[in-house]
Amino acid sequence: MSKIKNVLIIESEIGNTGSVSRAIKNLGYNPIISNKKEDILSSSHIILPGVGSFDKGISKLEKYDLKYNLIRAVNEKGILLLGICLGMQLLATTGFENKKTQGLDMIPGTIEKLNVNSELRLPHIGWNQVKFNNTNKLLIDIPNDKDFYFVHSYFFKPKFKKCELGFTNYGMNFTSIINKDNIFGVQFHPEKSLKFGIKLIENFLKI
Amino acid sequence: MLKKRIIPTLLFNNLKLVKGINFKSWRTAGSIMQAVRIYNIREVDELILLDIAATNSKKKVDLELVNEIANECFMPLTFGGGINSIKDISDLLKAGADKVCINTAACENYNFIFEACKTFGNQAIVASVDYKSGKNENIIFSKSGTNKTNLKFNSHLLELQKIGVGEIILTSIDKDGTMDGYDINTLKLATSLLKIPIIASGGAGSFENMLKTIEEANVSAIAAASIYHFTKNTPLDVKKYLNKKNIPVRL
Repeated sequence: MSKIKNVLIIESEIGNTGSVSRAIKNLGYNPIISNKKEDILSSSHIILPGVGSFDKGISKLEKYDLKYNLIRAVNEKGILLLGICLGMQLLATTGFENKKTQGLDMIPGTIEKLNVNSELRLPHIGWNQVKFNNTNKLLIDIPNDKDFYFVHSYFFKPKFKKCELGFTNYGMNFTSIINKDNIFGVQFHPEKSLKFGIKLIENFLKI
Repeated sequence: MLKKRIIPTLLFNNLKLVKGINFKSWRTAGSIMQAVRIYNIREVDELILLDIAATNSKKKVDLELVNEIANECFMPLTFGGGINSIKDISDLLKAGADKVCINTAACENYNFIFEACKTFGNQAIVASVDYKSGKNENIIFSKSGTNKTNLKFNSHLLELQKIGVGEIILTSIDKDGTMDGYDINTLKLATSLLKIPIIASGGAGSFENMLKTIEEANVSAIAAASIYHFTKNTPLDVKKYLNKKNIPVRL
Protein backbone atom coordinates (compact mmCIF):
# COMPACT_ATOMS: atom_id res chain seq x y z
CA MET A 1 0.00 0.00 0.00
CA SER A 2 1.35 3.38 -0.83
CA LYS A 3 1.30 6.07 1.80
CA ILE A 4 -1.14 8.88 1.15
CA LYS A 5 0.90 11.82 -0.02
CA ASN A 6 0.86 13.31 -3.48
CA VAL A 7 4.54 13.15 -4.24
CA LEU A 8 5.57 14.64 -7.55
CA ILE A 9 8.97 14.36 -9.18
CA ILE A 10 9.47 17.02 -11.82
CA GLU A 11 10.19 15.62 -15.28
CA SER A 12 12.26 18.11 -17.25
CA GLU A 13 14.96 16.07 -19.06
CA ILE A 14 17.60 17.34 -16.62
CA GLY A 15 17.00 15.09 -13.66
CA ASN A 16 17.87 11.56 -12.62
CA THR A 17 14.17 11.01 -12.02
CA GLY A 18 14.58 7.22 -12.02
CA SER A 19 16.94 7.14 -9.03
CA VAL A 20 14.84 9.62 -7.06
CA SER A 21 11.67 7.70 -7.83
CA ARG A 22 13.25 4.39 -6.73
CA ALA A 23 14.31 5.88 -3.40
CA ILE A 24 10.80 7.23 -2.76
CA LYS A 25 9.09 3.98 -3.76
CA ASN A 26 11.43 2.17 -1.40
CA LEU A 27 9.98 4.32 1.40
CA GLY A 28 6.49 3.11 0.55
CA TYR A 29 5.22 6.14 -1.37
CA ASN A 30 3.94 6.12 -4.90
CA PRO A 31 5.45 9.15 -6.63
CA ILE A 32 4.39 10.42 -10.01
CA ILE A 33 6.85 11.82 -12.51
CA SER A 34 5.32 14.67 -14.44
CA ASN A 35 5.62 18.26 -15.63
CA LYS A 36 1.91 18.96 -16.06
CA LYS A 37 0.44 22.02 -14.40
CA GLU A 38 -2.49 20.12 -12.82
CA ASP A 39 -0.15 17.52 -11.30
CA ILE A 40 2.09 20.23 -9.89
CA LEU A 41 -0.72 22.23 -8.33
CA SER A 42 -2.43 19.18 -6.81
CA SER A 43 0.70 17.72 -5.23
CA SER A 44 1.67 17.87 -1.55
CA HIS A 45 5.43 17.43 -2.05
CA ILE A 46 7.45 18.34 -5.12
CA ILE A 47 10.96 17.10 -5.78
CA LEU A 48 13.04 18.93 -8.36
CA PRO A 49 16.01 16.75 -9.29
CA GLY A 50 18.64 18.01 -11.65
CA VAL A 51 22.04 17.31 -13.06
CA GLY A 52 23.98 19.32 -15.62
CA SER A 53 24.48 23.05 -16.06
CA PHE A 54 22.44 25.93 -14.61
CA ASP A 55 21.70 27.69 -17.91
CA LYS A 56 20.56 24.46 -19.54
CA GLY A 57 18.47 23.56 -16.48
CA ILE A 58 16.59 26.87 -16.58
CA SER A 59 15.99 26.58 -20.33
CA LYS A 60 14.48 23.12 -19.81
CA LEU A 61 12.20 24.46 -17.04
CA GLU A 62 11.12 27.21 -19.45
CA LYS A 63 10.59 24.71 -22.25
CA TYR A 64 8.01 22.87 -20.12
CA ASP A 65 6.50 26.04 -18.70
CA LEU A 66 7.65 24.90 -15.28
CA LYS A 67 9.06 28.18 -13.98
CA TYR A 68 5.72 29.88 -13.48
CA ASN A 69 3.89 26.74 -12.29
CA LEU A 70 6.55 25.89 -9.72
CA ILE A 71 6.59 29.44 -8.35
CA ARG A 72 2.79 29.39 -8.13
CA ALA A 73 2.82 26.02 -6.37
CA VAL A 74 5.25 27.04 -3.65
CA ASN A 75 4.33 30.71 -3.21
CA GLU A 76 0.56 30.66 -3.58
CA LYS A 77 -0.32 27.12 -2.54
CA GLY A 78 2.47 26.56 -0.01
CA ILE A 79 3.37 23.18 -1.51
CA LEU A 80 6.62 21.73 -0.13
CA LEU A 81 9.55 21.68 -2.53
CA LEU A 82 12.91 19.89 -2.35
CA GLY A 83 15.56 20.73 -4.96
CA ILE A 84 18.38 18.21 -5.39
CA CYS A 85 21.83 19.13 -6.75
CA LEU A 86 21.18 21.32 -9.82
CA GLY A 87 17.55 21.34 -8.64
CA MET A 88 18.73 23.17 -5.50
CA GLN A 89 20.77 25.62 -7.53
CA LEU A 90 17.83 26.47 -9.80
CA LEU A 91 16.03 27.88 -6.72
CA ALA A 92 18.51 30.79 -6.63
CA THR A 93 18.10 34.29 -8.07
CA THR A 94 20.93 34.16 -10.60
CA GLY A 95 23.38 31.58 -11.95
CA PHE A 96 26.77 32.21 -13.52
CA GLU A 97 27.51 28.84 -15.14
CA ASN A 98 28.36 29.37 -18.84
CA LYS A 99 26.41 32.65 -18.84
CA LYS A 100 24.43 34.86 -16.48
CA THR A 101 20.97 33.28 -16.17
CA GLN A 102 17.92 34.18 -14.08
CA GLY A 103 16.89 31.39 -11.72
CA LEU A 104 13.54 30.65 -10.02
CA ASP A 105 14.42 33.23 -7.32
CA MET A 106 12.65 31.26 -4.58
CA ILE A 107 15.59 31.64 -2.19
CA PRO A 108 17.68 34.79 -2.74
CA GLY A 109 21.24 33.96 -3.76
CA THR A 110 23.64 33.31 -6.59
CA ILE A 111 25.26 30.20 -8.08
CA GLU A 112 29.03 30.51 -8.33
CA LYS A 113 31.95 28.26 -9.16
CA LEU A 114 33.75 26.58 -6.26
CA ASN A 115 36.89 28.59 -5.67
CA VAL A 116 39.45 25.94 -4.76
CA ASN A 117 43.23 25.95 -4.98
CA SER A 118 45.05 23.87 -7.56
CA GLU A 119 45.53 20.98 -5.11
CA LEU A 120 41.81 20.22 -5.15
CA ARG A 121 40.11 18.67 -8.14
CA LEU A 122 36.89 19.75 -9.82
CA PRO A 123 34.19 18.52 -10.09
CA HIS A 124 33.89 17.93 -6.33
CA ILE A 125 32.95 14.24 -6.58
CA GLY A 126 32.48 11.88 -3.67
CA TRP A 127 31.44 11.59 -0.04
CA ASN A 128 31.82 14.65 2.16
CA GLN A 129 30.48 15.76 5.52
CA VAL A 130 27.50 18.02 6.12
CA LYS A 131 27.51 20.13 9.28
CA PHE A 132 24.18 21.43 10.51
CA ASN A 133 23.68 25.06 11.59
CA ASN A 134 20.26 24.47 13.00
CA THR A 135 17.68 21.87 13.86
CA ASN A 136 14.95 21.25 11.34
CA LYS A 137 12.30 18.63 10.60
CA LEU A 138 14.32 17.74 7.50
CA LEU A 139 17.22 16.57 9.68
CA ILE A 140 15.42 14.42 12.26
CA ASP A 141 17.45 11.31 13.21
CA ILE A 142 20.33 12.28 10.94
CA PRO A 143 23.57 12.72 12.91
CA ASN A 144 25.52 15.93 12.41
CA ASP A 145 28.70 15.69 10.32
CA LYS A 146 27.75 12.54 8.36
CA ASP A 147 28.94 11.95 4.78
CA PHE A 148 26.72 12.47 1.74
CA TYR A 149 27.48 11.98 -1.95
CA PHE A 150 28.32 15.12 -3.96
CA VAL A 151 28.92 15.74 -7.68
CA HIS A 152 29.20 19.42 -8.64
CA SER A 153 31.49 22.32 -9.51
CA TYR A 154 29.16 25.20 -8.59
CA PHE A 155 27.57 26.12 -5.27
CA PHE A 156 24.65 28.12 -3.86
CA LYS A 157 25.70 31.36 -2.17
CA PRO A 158 22.62 32.49 -0.23
CA LYS A 159 22.00 36.20 0.27
CA PHE A 160 20.86 35.57 3.83
CA LYS A 161 22.94 33.36 6.11
CA LYS A 162 19.81 32.27 7.99
CA CYS A 163 18.77 30.24 4.90
CA GLU A 164 21.78 27.97 5.37
CA LEU A 165 20.72 24.82 7.21
CA GLY A 166 23.95 22.93 6.60
CA PHE A 167 27.38 23.45 5.08
CA THR A 168 30.27 21.43 3.71
CA ASN A 169 33.96 22.14 3.27
CA TYR A 170 35.85 21.64 0.04
CA GLY A 171 38.67 24.16 -0.02
CA MET A 172 36.04 26.59 1.25
CA ASN A 173 32.81 26.30 3.23
CA PHE A 174 29.73 26.23 1.01
CA THR A 175 26.02 25.85 1.69
CA SER A 176 24.99 22.23 1.25
CA ILE A 177 21.45 22.42 2.70
CA ILE A 178 19.26 25.45 2.20
CA ASN A 179 15.79 26.31 3.48
CA LYS A 180 13.28 29.11 3.36
CA ASP A 181 9.76 28.39 4.63
CA ASN A 182 8.37 25.49 2.58
CA ILE A 183 11.34 25.39 0.19
CA PHE A 184 14.35 23.12 0.72
CA GLY A 185 17.44 22.35 -1.31
CA VAL A 186 20.36 19.96 -0.94
CA GLN A 187 23.57 20.14 -2.99
CA PHE A 188 24.34 16.44 -2.49
CA HIS A 189 22.36 13.48 -3.81
CA PRO A 190 20.31 12.04 -0.92
CA GLU A 191 18.94 9.32 -3.23
CA LYS A 192 22.54 8.10 -3.67
CA SER A 193 23.71 8.62 -0.09
CA LEU A 194 22.65 5.31 1.43
CA LYS A 195 20.63 5.24 4.65
CA PHE A 196 20.98 8.84 5.89
CA GLY A 197 20.23 10.16 2.42
CA ILE A 198 17.09 8.06 2.23
CA LYS A 199 16.22 9.25 5.76
CA LEU A 200 16.43 12.87 4.62
CA ILE A 201 14.01 12.17 1.78
CA GLU A 202 11.68 10.41 4.23
CA ASN A 203 11.85 13.38 6.60
CA PHE A 204 10.95 15.74 3.76
CA LEU A 205 7.95 13.65 2.79
CA LYS A 206 6.75 13.68 6.42
CA ILE A 207 6.86 17.47 6.76
CA MET B 1 36.54 16.72 4.23
CA LEU B 2 36.18 14.92 0.90
CA LYS B 3 36.82 11.21 1.32
CA LYS B 4 38.95 8.95 -0.87
CA ARG B 5 36.51 6.56 -2.53
CA ILE B 6 37.12 2.84 -2.24
CA ILE B 7 35.34 1.27 -5.20
CA PRO B 8 34.81 -2.41 -6.02
CA THR B 9 34.87 -3.02 -9.78
CA LEU B 10 32.52 -5.74 -10.94
CA LEU B 11 33.21 -7.18 -14.38
CA PHE B 12 30.48 -9.30 -15.85
CA ASN B 13 29.68 -11.45 -18.84
CA ASN B 14 26.03 -12.42 -19.11
CA LEU B 15 25.05 -12.67 -15.45
CA LYS B 16 28.36 -14.06 -14.30
CA LEU B 17 30.85 -12.08 -12.29
CA VAL B 18 34.26 -12.61 -13.90
CA LYS B 19 37.86 -11.57 -13.32
CA GLY B 20 40.95 -12.04 -15.46
CA ILE B 21 44.67 -11.39 -15.40
CA ASN B 22 46.01 -8.81 -17.90
CA PHE B 23 42.49 -8.75 -19.44
CA LYS B 24 42.83 -12.49 -20.26
CA SER B 25 42.45 -15.85 -18.50
CA TRP B 26 38.94 -15.00 -17.36
CA ARG B 27 37.56 -16.96 -14.47
CA THR B 28 34.12 -16.88 -12.93
CA ALA B 29 33.85 -15.36 -9.48
CA GLY B 30 30.17 -15.95 -8.73
CA SER B 31 26.96 -14.28 -9.84
CA ILE B 32 26.77 -10.55 -10.46
CA MET B 33 23.52 -10.06 -8.50
CA GLN B 34 24.88 -11.90 -5.51
CA ALA B 35 27.99 -9.71 -5.48
CA VAL B 36 25.91 -6.55 -5.81
CA ARG B 37 23.71 -7.58 -2.88
CA ILE B 38 26.72 -8.13 -0.65
CA TYR B 39 28.22 -4.75 -1.55
CA ASN B 40 24.88 -3.10 -0.94
CA ILE B 41 24.65 -4.61 2.54
CA ARG B 42 28.22 -3.47 3.16
CA GLU B 43 27.27 0.06 2.06
CA VAL B 44 30.26 0.59 -0.23
CA ASP B 45 31.06 4.11 -1.48
CA GLU B 46 30.23 3.38 -5.10
CA LEU B 47 30.18 0.54 -7.65
CA ILE B 48 31.67 0.30 -11.13
CA LEU B 49 30.03 -2.42 -13.25
CA LEU B 50 31.48 -3.28 -16.64
CA ASP B 51 30.13 -5.69 -19.24
CA ILE B 52 33.39 -7.00 -20.69
CA ALA B 53 31.78 -8.82 -23.62
CA ALA B 54 29.56 -5.99 -24.86
CA THR B 55 31.94 -4.13 -27.20
CA ASN B 56 33.47 -7.14 -28.89
CA SER B 57 30.18 -8.97 -29.33
CA LYS B 58 28.43 -5.72 -30.38
CA LYS B 59 25.84 -6.19 -27.65
CA LYS B 60 24.45 -3.64 -25.23
CA VAL B 61 24.45 -3.82 -21.46
CA ASP B 62 21.36 -5.70 -20.23
CA LEU B 63 19.03 -2.88 -19.14
CA GLU B 64 16.93 -5.18 -16.98
CA LEU B 65 20.02 -6.09 -15.03
CA VAL B 66 20.80 -2.38 -14.56
CA ASN B 67 17.26 -1.80 -13.37
CA GLU B 68 17.38 -4.72 -10.98
CA ILE B 69 20.67 -3.53 -9.49
CA ALA B 70 19.48 0.07 -9.17
CA ASN B 71 16.35 -1.07 -7.36
CA GLU B 72 18.52 -2.40 -4.55
CA CYS B 73 21.46 -0.01 -4.43
CA PHE B 74 21.16 3.53 -3.11
CA MET B 75 24.76 4.43 -3.89
CA PRO B 76 26.34 5.78 -7.07
CA LEU B 77 26.45 3.24 -9.89
CA THR B 78 28.67 3.48 -12.95
CA PHE B 79 27.93 1.15 -15.87
CA GLY B 80 30.07 0.49 -18.92
CA GLY B 81 30.37 -1.79 -21.92
CA GLY B 82 29.72 -1.23 -25.61
CA ILE B 83 28.43 2.35 -25.26
CA ASN B 84 28.67 4.23 -28.55
CA SER B 85 25.51 6.30 -28.95
CA ILE B 86 23.55 8.97 -27.13
CA LYS B 87 20.66 6.51 -26.99
CA ASP B 88 22.85 3.93 -25.21
CA ILE B 89 23.66 6.47 -22.51
CA SER B 90 20.10 7.68 -22.20
CA ASP B 91 18.87 4.05 -21.89
CA LEU B 92 21.42 3.27 -19.16
CA LEU B 93 20.72 6.44 -17.16
CA LYS B 94 16.97 5.78 -17.38
CA ALA B 95 17.48 2.18 -16.32
CA GLY B 96 19.26 3.32 -13.15
CA ALA B 97 22.91 4.12 -13.91
CA ASP B 98 24.18 7.39 -12.43
CA LYS B 99 27.25 7.53 -14.61
CA VAL B 100 28.41 5.69 -17.69
CA CYS B 101 31.93 4.58 -18.39
CA ILE B 102 33.17 4.79 -21.97
CA ASN B 103 36.41 3.40 -23.32
CA THR B 104 36.43 2.25 -26.96
CA ALA B 105 34.14 4.99 -28.26
CA ALA B 106 36.26 7.56 -26.39
CA CYS B 107 39.29 6.32 -28.35
CA GLU B 108 37.47 6.43 -31.67
CA ASN B 109 35.19 9.43 -31.54
CA TYR B 110 35.86 12.55 -29.44
CA ASN B 111 32.82 14.25 -30.97
CA PHE B 112 30.57 11.62 -29.47
CA ILE B 113 32.07 12.16 -26.01
CA PHE B 114 31.65 15.93 -26.43
CA GLU B 115 27.98 15.46 -27.36
CA ALA B 116 27.51 13.04 -24.44
CA CYS B 117 28.96 15.53 -21.92
CA LYS B 118 26.83 18.32 -23.33
CA THR B 119 23.65 16.24 -23.30
CA PHE B 120 23.96 14.55 -19.90
CA GLY B 121 26.36 16.81 -18.00
CA ASN B 122 30.02 16.00 -17.39
CA GLN B 123 29.23 14.35 -14.04
CA ALA B 124 27.53 11.50 -15.92
CA ILE B 125 30.40 10.72 -18.29
CA VAL B 126 33.39 8.77 -17.02
CA ALA B 127 36.16 7.99 -19.48
CA SER B 128 38.00 4.72 -19.06
CA VAL B 129 41.54 4.47 -20.39
CA ASP B 130 43.31 1.08 -20.62
CA TYR B 131 47.04 1.02 -21.33
CA LYS B 132 50.16 -1.13 -21.36
CA SER B 133 53.61 0.27 -20.75
CA GLY B 134 55.63 0.70 -23.96
CA LYS B 135 59.24 1.40 -24.74
CA ASN B 136 58.98 5.16 -24.45
CA GLU B 137 55.45 5.86 -23.41
CA ASN B 138 52.28 4.04 -22.50
CA ILE B 139 50.26 2.47 -25.30
CA ILE B 140 46.50 2.88 -25.19
CA PHE B 141 44.27 -0.11 -25.96
CA SER B 142 40.56 -0.22 -26.76
CA LYS B 143 38.03 -3.06 -27.13
CA SER B 144 38.74 -4.63 -23.74
CA GLY B 145 42.47 -4.60 -24.31
CA THR B 146 42.34 -6.37 -27.67
CA ASN B 147 42.96 -3.38 -29.94
CA LYS B 148 46.18 -1.37 -29.87
CA THR B 149 45.50 2.28 -30.75
CA ASN B 150 47.81 4.97 -32.10
CA LEU B 151 46.68 7.49 -29.50
CA LYS B 152 49.35 9.41 -27.61
CA PHE B 153 48.91 8.81 -23.89
CA ASN B 154 49.24 12.37 -22.54
CA SER B 155 47.32 14.02 -25.34
CA HIS B 156 44.45 11.50 -25.08
CA LEU B 157 44.06 12.24 -21.36
CA LEU B 158 44.25 16.00 -21.92
CA GLU B 159 41.74 15.82 -24.75
CA LEU B 160 39.24 13.87 -22.62
CA GLN B 161 39.52 16.49 -19.89
CA LYS B 162 39.13 19.32 -22.40
CA ILE B 163 36.04 17.67 -23.93
CA GLY B 164 34.53 17.65 -20.45
CA VAL B 165 34.43 14.15 -18.95
CA GLY B 166 33.79 14.22 -15.20
CA GLU B 167 36.53 11.78 -14.23
CA ILE B 168 38.85 9.17 -15.68
CA ILE B 169 39.39 5.53 -14.68
CA LEU B 170 42.97 4.67 -15.55
CA THR B 171 43.63 0.93 -15.84
CA SER B 172 47.04 -0.68 -16.32
CA ILE B 173 46.50 -3.85 -18.36
CA ASP B 174 49.96 -5.08 -17.27
CA LYS B 175 48.91 -4.81 -13.64
CA ASP B 176 45.31 -5.98 -13.99
CA GLY B 177 44.55 -9.05 -11.89
CA THR B 178 48.18 -9.45 -10.79
CA MET B 179 47.56 -8.02 -7.31
CA ASP B 180 51.14 -6.79 -7.21
CA GLY B 181 50.37 -3.10 -6.87
CA TYR B 182 49.03 -0.15 -8.87
CA ASP B 183 51.18 1.53 -11.53
CA ILE B 184 51.95 4.49 -9.28
CA ASN B 185 54.24 6.29 -11.73
CA THR B 186 51.61 6.52 -14.46
CA LEU B 187 48.93 7.53 -11.95
CA LYS B 188 51.24 10.28 -10.70
CA LEU B 189 51.77 11.45 -14.25
CA ALA B 190 47.98 11.54 -14.83
CA THR B 191 47.13 13.45 -11.66
CA SER B 192 49.83 16.04 -12.31
CA LEU B 193 48.65 16.42 -15.90
CA LEU B 194 44.94 16.73 -15.15
CA LYS B 195 42.61 18.67 -12.84
CA ILE B 196 39.68 16.24 -12.88
CA PRO B 197 39.46 13.26 -10.48
CA ILE B 198 41.45 10.14 -11.43
CA ILE B 199 40.40 6.65 -10.34
CA ALA B 200 43.29 4.19 -9.99
CA SER B 201 42.63 0.72 -11.40
CA GLY B 202 44.63 -2.44 -12.00
CA GLY B 203 46.92 -4.23 -9.58
CA ALA B 204 45.43 -3.65 -6.13
CA GLY B 205 46.68 -6.39 -3.86
CA SER B 206 47.90 -5.04 -0.56
CA PHE B 207 46.69 -2.37 1.83
CA GLU B 208 50.20 -0.90 1.94
CA ASN B 209 50.22 -0.39 -1.81
CA MET B 210 46.74 1.15 -1.76
CA LEU B 211 47.95 3.62 0.86
CA LYS B 212 51.10 4.39 -1.12
CA THR B 213 49.05 4.98 -4.29
CA ILE B 214 46.77 7.46 -2.53
CA GLU B 215 49.64 9.24 -0.83
CA GLU B 216 52.04 9.39 -3.75
CA ALA B 217 49.76 9.63 -6.77
CA ASN B 218 47.03 11.76 -5.16
CA VAL B 219 44.24 9.80 -6.86
CA SER B 220 40.63 10.52 -5.86
CA ALA B 221 39.55 6.90 -5.72
CA ILE B 222 40.97 3.41 -5.87
CA ALA B 223 39.10 0.72 -7.75
CA ALA B 224 39.83 -2.94 -7.20
CA ALA B 225 38.39 -6.36 -7.99
CA SER B 226 40.63 -9.39 -7.30
CA ILE B 227 41.49 -8.33 -3.76
CA TYR B 228 37.77 -8.39 -2.91
CA HIS B 229 36.83 -11.46 -4.99
CA PHE B 230 39.72 -13.75 -4.13
CA THR B 231 40.84 -12.76 -0.64
CA LYS B 232 39.02 -12.26 2.65
CA ASN B 233 39.51 -8.50 2.45
CA THR B 234 36.51 -6.22 2.10
CA PRO B 235 36.30 -2.52 1.16
CA LEU B 236 35.64 -1.84 4.86
CA ASP B 237 38.91 -3.55 5.84
CA VAL B 238 40.74 -1.33 3.37
CA LYS B 239 39.04 1.75 4.79
CA LYS B 240 39.81 0.84 8.39
CA TYR B 241 43.47 0.46 7.45
CA LEU B 242 43.57 3.74 5.53
CA ASN B 243 41.76 5.53 8.34
CA LYS B 244 44.46 4.46 10.79
CA LYS B 245 47.00 5.94 8.40
CA ASN B 246 45.12 9.27 8.40
CA ILE B 247 43.61 8.97 4.92
CA PRO B 248 40.07 10.42 4.89
CA VAL B 249 37.58 7.63 4.17
CA ARG B 250 33.87 7.22 4.88
CA LEU B 251 33.42 4.73 7.72
